[in-house]
Amino acid sequence: MTPLYRLRQLRKAYGEPNPRLVLDVEALDIEAGEMLAIIGPSGAGKSTLLRLLNFLEAPTSGGLEFEGRPVPPNPPLYTQRRVTTVFQRPLMLSRSVYENVAFGLRPRGLPVDKRVAAVLDEVGLAALASAPAGQLSGGEMQRAALARALVLEPAALLLDEPTANLDPNNVGLIESILLRHRQAHGTTLVLVTHNVFQARRLAGQASGRAALLLAGRLVEAGPVDDFFSNPQDPRTAAFIRGDMVY
Amino acid sequence: MYDGLSQIVLLSLYVSGVALGLATLLGVPAGAALALQRVPGRRLIELVIYTGMGLPPVVVGLVVYLLLSRSGPLGALGWLFTPAAMIVAQTIIALPLVIGLTMTAVGGVDPALRLQVRSLGATPAQVMWAVLREARAGVLAAIIAAFGAVISEVGAVMLVGGDIDGQTRVLTTAIVLETREGNFALALALGAVLLGLALLANTLLLRLGRRPRW
Repeated sequence: MTPLYRLRQLRKAYGEPNPRLVLDVEALDIEAGEMLAIIGPSGAGKSTLLRLLNFLEAPTSGGLEFEGRPVPPNPPLYTQRRVTTVFQRPLMLSRSVYENVAFGLRPRGLPVDKRVAAVLDEVGLAALASAPAGQLSGGEMQRAALARALVLEPAALLLDEPTANLDPNNVGLIESILLRHRQAHGTTLVLVTHNVFQARRLAGQASGRAALLLAGRLVEAGPVDDFFSNPQDPRTAAFIRGDMVY
Repeated sequence: MYDGLSQIVLLSLYVSGVALGLATLLGVPAGAALALQRVPGRRLIELVIYTGMGLPPVVVGLVVYLLLSRSGPLGALGWLFTPAAMIVAQTIIALPLVIGLTMTAVGGVDPALRLQVRSLGATPAQVMWAVLREARAGVLAAIIAAFGAVISEVGAVMLVGGDIDGQTRVLTTAIVLETREGNFALALALGAVLLGLALLANTLLLRLGRRPRW
């Protein structure tokens, strides 16, 4: 079966005239409907990888295929709209929660009312639909950001440290929303985090895979149980144990 | 009552209103594009725009006069000493203000918001629109500042309009005329009308900006 994403010798460098290589992935396939948790320290290239997977930036070199087709430097709108990201620091538009969630639907010409109402219910924000989004608490804001992503029913939902700044209650809420949504819609989830416990928990509950990204390189990837209980690379073992100093 | 006051008020509003409209239509997208997109020679463009924000109206008037005079490159238009010439001059005065202040306002919006809006599937135009909406207070300030600059300037409209009674006389040129003739009370009264107009126009602009519909 064709994977949703196929990455080969994918590289991204920043800066001129002396570019600095921040991502250098030899090979990675992400299957449709799978849950992949990518762990790694800060500066490992996790967010860069997600920007490439969301087609927000073009790779410096290498191949990126999506749904069996190579992704050109400026991918067509249809391709771009198959994927979306929930960021670590959600930024709301100065509008109501409802309008923020409806934002992505309108340019797609999709029906708004029913979808927004359903997703706000899903994330527990139905009562705050007409509230100004800027007045939400951190946890509510992240759930609103999740709602505006989920409402689009993307083929792949990319999660960039989505609960890094949240309290345990909101972390639990967001994780359960993600798992429920994935089960209902078969959405591919790619989570990047430095939180080993969250990666293990989420990928474990979704029978997914985990991977370690270190200094832009993929060290190891595998089924979540094997990855955490029997890591093949000593660096993976050290990172999981919390012994790695970075 | 001052002879032809209503005509003078209407012409002042017409000339400055059209000039402001043109400067807004051209300047807001240009300012947003300069803030959001990679533009070659951007520093030089910024320098020119910021310098343009301090353009003396009389110099603008002089240049427009030379361009529109009979022997000038645009003399064939026959616009000199007409409201059209005054609109051209005031648009040139307002444009750098609108571009420069819009550029600053849009540049102040968190770049991460652009990324998040793009991630939701917005086209570049939709991203620009969303960011402009976020920067609306600053964009509105740009438009208000430009309106203030054009409604109150006298040097350019005097030069290219000629202060012709019943044709190109506006509030500021009428104030100059009455002052020269020693009619200080009348000049002050016209000044009060001008201030009142500015107050009205700004109230309207602020009201429009409070509840965005764009």
